[in-house]
Amino acid sequence: MSHSHAAHDEHHDRAPSGLMRWVTTTNHKDIGTLYLSFSLLMFFVGGTMAMVIRAELFQPGLQFVDPQFFNSMTTIHALVMIFGAVMPGFVGLANWMVPMMIGAPDMALPRMNNWSFWLLPFAFILLLSTFFMPGGAPAGGWTMYAPLVMQTGDAFPFLIFAVHILGISSIMGAINIIATVFNMRAPGMTFMKLPLFVWTWIITAFLLIASMPVLAGAVTMLLTDRFFGTSFFSAAGGGDPVMYQHIFWFFGHPEVYIMILPAFGVVSAIVPTFARKPLFGYSSMVYATASIAFLSFIVWAHHMFTVGMPLAGELFFMYTTVLIAVPTGVKIFNWVATMWKGSMTFETPMLFALGFIVMFTIGGFSGLMLGVTPADFQYHDTYFVVAHFHYVLVTGAVYSIMAAVYFWLPKWTGHMYDEKLGKLHFWLSTIFVNVLFFPQHFLGLAGMPRRIPDYNVQFADWNMVSSIGGFMFGLSQLLFVYIVIRCVRGGQKATAQVWEGAHGLEWTLPSPPPYHSFTTPPVVK
Amino acid sequence: MSGSQSASGYYVPHGSHWPIVGSIALFTLLGGFALALNGYGIGKGSMVIGVIFLLIMLFGWFGTVIRESETGMYNGQVDVSFRWGMVWFIFSEVMFFAAFFGALYYARHFSVPWLGGEGAKAATHQFLWSSFENVWPLKSTPNQTLFTQIKEVIGPWGIPALNTALLLSSGVTITIAHWGLQKNKRGQLNLFLFLTIALGVIFLFCQGYEYIHAYHELGLTLHSGIYGSTFFMLTGFHGLHVTLGAIMLTVILFRCLKGHFKPHHHFGFEGVAWYWHFVDVVWLGLFIFVYIL
Ligand SMILES: [Cu+2]
Repeated sequence: MSHSHAAHDEHHDRAPSGLMRWVTTTNHKDIGTLYLSFSLLMFFVGGTMAMVIRAELFQPGLQFVDPQFFNSMTTIHALVMIFGAVMPGFVGLANWMVPMMIGAPDMALPRMNNWSFWLLPFAFILLLSTFFMPGGAPAGGWTMYAPLVMQTGDAFPFLIFAVHILGISSIMGAINIIATVFNMRAPGMTFMKLPLFVWTWIITAFLLIASMPVLAGAVTMLLTDRFFGTSFFSAAGGGDPVMYQHIFWFFGHPEVYIMILPAFGVVSAIVPTFARKPLFGYSSMVYATASIAFLSFIVWAHHMFTVGMPLAGELFFMYTTVLIAVPTGVKIFNWVATMWKGSMTFETPMLFALGFIVMFTIGGFSGLMLGVTPADFQYHDTYFVVAHFHYVLVTGAVYSIMAAVYFWLPKWTGHMYDEKLGKLHFWLSTIFVNVLFFPQHFLGLAGMPRRIPDYNVQFADWNMVSSIGGFMFGLSQLLFVYIVIRCVRGGQKATAQVWEGAHGLEWTLPSPPPYHSFTTPPVVK
Repeated sequence: MSGSQSASGYYVPHGSHWPIVGSIALFTLLGGFALALNGYGIGKGSMVIGVIFLLIMLFGWFGTVIRESETGMYNGQVDVSFRWGMVWFIFSEVMFFAAFFGALYYARHFSVPWLGGEGAKAATHQFLWSSFENVWPLKSTPNQTLFTQIKEVIGPWGIPALNTALLLSSGVTITIAHWGLQKNKRGQLNLFLFLTIALGVIFLFCQGYEYIHAYHELGLTLHSGIYGSTFFMLTGFHGLHVTLGAIMLTVILFRCLKGHFKPHHHFGFEGVAWYWHFVDVVWLGLFIFVYIL
């Protein structure tokens, strides 16, 4: 059976052209490119909303938008950045890199891979079209807490169904990665030889499969509460609005690890390359990732300390939360130990990885502060929380995606990016992201509440500083787009290995790699 | 041909337009549903178009896969990929049900007792609904103008017990059908597969009868508070999955009658059988936690 098909290989190895190539493609690199391009687009859509937020907060008082629209901005900014920018960014990286790293020709379920991507644009059409509906876009926060979210206008069912479609997409993407890693590894590529990026992604995939359906259940209950008379979240019928928060955060906390575990994988690939030393403590990294994933399912109520829980609950969730610092600390120490006495160079991917290690740790420490129940009573719903999760998500997740793009762009395109501009992009971003978010710690500790378009004059100075940082950080990202486009179009030819210290199967393929990565499995010794 | 296979046996299918058809179908269906929920007449038409597109997509996509499988294009590796895919798909379904089981647990152990005046959360009871009592099954909701009273709930030992017997025996019949397939006894395969579907359909009829009974005589509805909410959402989503499973089994039966599947190569059959067992296990959970306890 295989002989007749094998004869067609030459013919099939060429990509079909035109728009339909992108719509019908089953190729992991094409789909990876689609995911990454979509992620970049959404990064700017969500970023524009962030600019509106910072413009409104530039001075106290109401300047540009009305409060309802401001609330829509915070709500949709979060949904777009989480489900449109960060998650698809990591799935795009996985699509490009996982088959190459494990020595496979493609993903295990290529048609489903196409569907996972092509659901995303439709989900975001549903979500973003709500801006033009009676009642405006959802404004109750991305967490969609009942009963507030019930006040959403016509946008309500669109919000719910957009989340459903995003969930279907993520679950299929996760299933694909699991099937690929478990079934498509090259001979000799045992589990404990897998690059950490692959390891972190399998564990992320399990988190996705276990948590996204729970979110689907939660929003389904919202839908039936609003339209079909159920009373899950209404005390008048024996339900409880707090129950929504429990179900939501059972999804929500694993979700934050869905957005950071692949980042750990990226950093674990970059640091050894530019330190020119093997990763310190490989197996402890694997076990630490698995422990974080396990713990992520038993910490969810740390988002709800002030909602009124029994004391035992407050204590349990505090202890489990701070326990996560242990495996996370293992990772930080391993990266530092990898660099110890290495012969380091500081190309752009390494700069972003180092930026990640330092600033993610800042976000981790503020997370620890928030994890301590009595302290959280003070910080809850203030700008301190906003500062915390932007340190882990922007200088954490987003920085790692940028590091990954600079790291693998020469492999993908066959060209080197402009190193000078890359470094400039890093320094501009890093200076302004701190101008943007660091003052928010002070604002929060001084008591400025989040998700409010106006504030007391005592907060005026730091808000202005933060807004200036925000505008400059936003502008700096245009440089990133310029660098990427220039690199795709041309530039100095990249070698197969690209970086002197790079090791792994993906660096044995030419740059750019052939359309089907490994048509004959490489043997891993 | 829609795929290529290298000399080493890797199978990589090439471009497919079914996913984009599926995306447009879901978009039309759910966008239409949202419009309909907001009271726009055009929504229902959009839903119908969406369903039609979805059916075309399912027929087209599965048709392609079946054709490729029957012409021998799938090797052992593809088979294993399908298995991984199915297992984790079923697990994601388990987690979907877990959300609703979790809601049931929370209502019974936290929200209803608190509303009844227990623990540190007694204030709601004291100030809003001081006559509310914590009993399960919860027949009288705190606010009976918003959420109606239940006259009687459905006990476990009537139709639900019968339904349990039906689904458990369908689990046996599908296993016998599987043995028939493995031993190439096609008569046994077809007969027991048919019996499995029949048991599933009888289950659905019993469930439908029970729903009508609940709505018309017992006052047990979606509007009757947290008991009705959890009861109908859990059994309803389960019923939906039985319906889906029965449709998939019917497709498999038609394929068996056409002579598809070989004693050692029949993942389509096994995947659906797994799904059927999953539906079965969910029912056991329902029977215990919704009806008995
Ligand atoms: Cu959390």
